[in-house]
Amino acid sequence: MNALELDQVWKFYGDFPALRQISFELPEGVCLALLGRNGAGKTTLLRILSGLMRPGRGSVRVLGADPRDTMARARIGVLGHGLALYDELSALENLTLFARLYALKDPRGAAGQWLERVGLAASASSLVREFSRGMRQRLAVARAFLHEPELLLLDEPFTALDDRAVTTLQDLLRDAVRQGRTVVLSTHQLREALELATHVALLVRGRLAYYGTRTNEMLEDPAWLYRRYGEAA
Amino acid sequence: MKAAGTQAETAPRTTARAQPGFLGGAVAIAAKDLRSELRTKEALNASLAFSVVILLLFSFAFDPTAEETRALAGGLLWLVFAFAGALILNRSFARELPNDCLDALIAAPISAPALYLGKAVANWLLLMAVELVSLVVFGIFYNAPWTRRFWPLVGVIALGTWALTVVGTLFSALTVNLRLRELMLPLLVYPVLIPALLAAVQLSGPLALGEPLASDMMVWLRLLAGVDLIFTALALTLAETALVG
Repeated sequence: MNALELDQVWKFYGDFPALRQISFELPEGVCLALLGRNGAGKTTLLRILSGLMRPGRGSVRVLGADPRDTMARARIGVLGHGLALYDELSALENLTLFARLYALKDPRGAAGQWLERVGLAASASSLVREFSRGMRQRLAVARAFLHEPELLLLDEPFTALDDRAVTTLQDLLRDAVRQGRTVVLSTHQLREALELATHVALLVRGRLAYYGTRTNEMLEDPAWLYRRYGEAA
Repeated sequence: MKAAGTQAETAPRTTARAQPGFLGGAVAIAAKDLRSELRTKEALNASLAFSVVILLLFSFAFDPTAEETRALAGGLLWLVFAFAGALILNRSFARELPNDCLDALIAAPISAPALYLGKAVANWLLLMAVELVSLVVFGIFYNAPWTRRFWPLVGVIALGTWALTVVGTLFSALTVNLRLRELMLPLLVYPVLIPALLAAVQLSGPLALGEPLASDMMVWLRLLAGVDLIFTALALTLAETALVG
């Protein structure tokens, strides 16, 4: 089964087409690096895949279902631009809330395990507003992975991460792909993304300029893709 | 577009997932909202201060023992409740904006009606708390024996407040991304609430002064209950559209 199936997807903001005729199929168990300059449509595409907005035209299937299907959403983990953490709640309360929303059997237990895994167990009862940027990021990563999603949608996950958080996230993503989960990550950090990715999609002004497997050529020269298929091409 | 050589080596995972319950999700959201509000007290303090100040100002402006003023008791109470409610309702979805928390809630496998219901229940409880404190202030400054009809009065206020929160929470979701949401919310909510407010004012007036409800008042009670039912059904139906579009 395909993790993602997009057919002729368009999205308009007013008259402006943010996405134009996007069609591709992504098999399960792979890692897709979604590349493109600012304003290329990466975030819009990820928001549609997450069920946060509907496409203007075309159809989207995520794990074989509509992205707004409740059971499909239970199998998706999302990490967006904002960290989606409540400042006035503690780290444990934040994760327990989402564990409850994802109907995990032991919400507090799962929250505690993930706090340990991202190195925040000692700060479990501290309010998030007291956290440093790096601690918040690690907590947000834990929130996205908490329910062991089959599909991970990550929007600029490496942006402004500290070294420890980058390592944690890279390890988690490698484990996820090894375990057969599907990962889609949009990023400007080509090197990190291409090291993880098995597939690459390049968006240029809302169009899918390139979609295919990641080649060694891309790893050796990450900017090659932009030169070959980008706006200057 | 299909990529060449795409099949992953590892077999896809198929994890059996529990179906997230409607009530469980709503309770989790309500508990989260109440906990957040009780920690920050942003809306609660503003709403409470507003209610007390308005009741005090009116008691100084008019002779609270005069028959005319007492006749306005129901209207005065609901004027205070409606504006105090707007302060709480405005924060309901606005508190989800920092850190894009609303996106995480919408992406979670909780249905939009459950998310909406959780927020409405939290707003209702907060507003009921503000109203009960306001009633105490009202009783003291207006010499009103409202405790004589305590349970009928609380019942009417509960029904009227549910109408206010059920409509207000829906419009709070619709206006959350507007720059002028503090202004837009009352402008949108109050016209829709006219039937509920009319009924609540009619019923609360005599009860707040410790008088029993006349038998012809039952029509207002039925109207209030009917409005509650209709607005609740409509809001639950429209929640998905309000949140996702």
